[in-house]
Amino acid sequence: MTTVEVAGTGLAPFGRFDGLRATDMGVIAVRGALTEAGVGRGGFQAAFCATAYGGVASGHKVLGALGMTGMPIVDVEAGCASGAAAVMLAASAIAAGQYDTVVVFGVEKMPKGIIRSSFFDPWQEAAGLAATPSYFALRAQRLMETSGVTKEHLAAVVVKNRRNGVDNPDAMFRAAVDAASVLASRVVCEPLHLWMLCSPNEGAACVVLRAAGSTSGSGVATTERASVPKITVAAAVLRSHLPGAVLSESTPLSGLVDDAVTPPSTLAADAAYEKAGLGPGDLDVVECQDTDAARELLAYEELRLCPAGGAAAMLERGESAPGGRLPVNPSGGLLSKGEPLGASALGQVVELVRQLQGRAGARQVPGARVGLAHTVGRGANAGVIILTS
Amino acid sequence: MSAVPVDAVHEGLFTTGATPHLLGSRCGACGAHDFPAHDTCPYCSSEDVTGVALSSTGRLWAWTAVTSAPPGYRGEVPYGFGVVELPEGIRVVTRLTEPDPARLASGQLMTCVVVTLHTDDDGRRIVTYAFAPDAS
Repeated sequence: MTTVEVAGTGLAPFGRFDGLRATDMGVIAVRGALTEAGVGRGGFQAAFCATAYGGVASGHKVLGALGMTGMPIVDVEAGCASGAAAVMLAASAIAAGQYDTVVVFGVEKMPKGIIRSSFFDPWQEAAGLAATPSYFALRAQRLMETSGVTKEHLAAVVVKNRRNGVDNPDAMFRAAVDAASVLASRVVCEPLHLWMLCSPNEGAACVVLRAAGSTSGSGVATTERASVPKITVAAAVLRSHLPGAVLSESTPLSGLVDDAVTPPSTLAADAAYEKAGLGPGDLDVVECQDTDAARELLAYEELRLCPAGGAAAMLERGESAPGGRLPVNPSGGLLSKGEPLGASALGQVVELVRQLQGRAGARQVPGARVGLAHTVGRGANAGVIILTS
Repeated sequence: MSAVPVDAVHEGLFTTGATPHLLGSRCGACGAHDFPAHDTCPYCSSEDVTGVALSSTGRLWAWTAVTSAPPGYRGEVPYGFGVVELPEGIRVVTRLTEPDPARLASGQLMTCVVVTLHTDDDGRRIVTYAFAPDAS
């Protein structure tokens, strides 16, 4: 199998931009990644565009605006893991020898307020069963019931990630917050307060993936590129849920009395570790799905970053903070960046590439060589991508 | 007093009457129950599935309250929302009649009831299933 490398990264900041269309943000991200990769018109053979709310031909609009069409362009929807699905498809195609260079990007301009998801039937909406944060709240309550997690731990996740976001110029929220303020924000769905939930927003992110050793389209390397380490996609895995867990991201109306159903994030992580020949102990930095504060703590366990029931202790000991054993969400996470669904996973990948290349500025994790990106959401879809330098 | 027409929010989910209960299904191959009823078992893909009335009481497993109206919802807020464990070995997502999370406790007995969501534009009262703290 051909080794897949990340040849370039591009990002349009995450936030709210009333004057910009999703296409405009996509153009910014794709142009940035192509420039960094030294790839121009005709330099790639396929493109995958992740989006959940973008509508028909979102990817075509972006590449059409750049005058770069003709190759297969495929829009990919897999909920919060759409970007991970796009990376998986692109990396698999390159590894199989189908393409040499592929552009993978995500664009999103989310509606404001509680997200209206086409996932739910109209009767579920009418019956009040389609409030997304209420499902997050039930998961948070169960985590608190079955482990040592308290509301103070949930607040501490927000404090950590918002502090990290201060150093990320591409984040939506760049002010640090303290635990008292988090707990003083209004209760959305007990035990979750407003500041414990990420904001749906807008943004775009792009990576150019390339077969290792390829020289196609790479005539114009950026000045930076010569001196930075090569980044390898060691694994890009997507998994869906197994039936039975009532609070799974698949959002069923019933499940079994069975607490041993393996969650999709664990299915994806285990497959990714095996593919990469690495384990959780080899990781230096993680970007994970912190749609709400409890979701980050669940990820510690589901990705096997800590022993079962050990998420609160991992947080308390500062292991997931900057300078800790395994910094999680040094970008500020979705709690600081906001969540543009289709762009979210690619934003994580862009962050990890820059971390592994030592160009993450004030939020740099010193000496990071192995990074893991995790997304999970409706479907259920869970994506795990492992990058190495 | 004139009778107000009543419509279930969706057909085939629950019965009305003195003792309402949810309508689920049971798989003849693996024995698992499911709600709502499906014609294929989600756990083993068997099509040997028959509709059953589920127990009208269960135990509270998870709960919260929704404090602002989600998209497509025309009823009152806040309202209770949670998961009730039924003796058939399944956990069911449901509205709860108690909107104050502090007044509910893990494992408490809950009973299936029918509650009004809203009155629609044609004057019909739209009802759905919910679970209420057991009064007995």
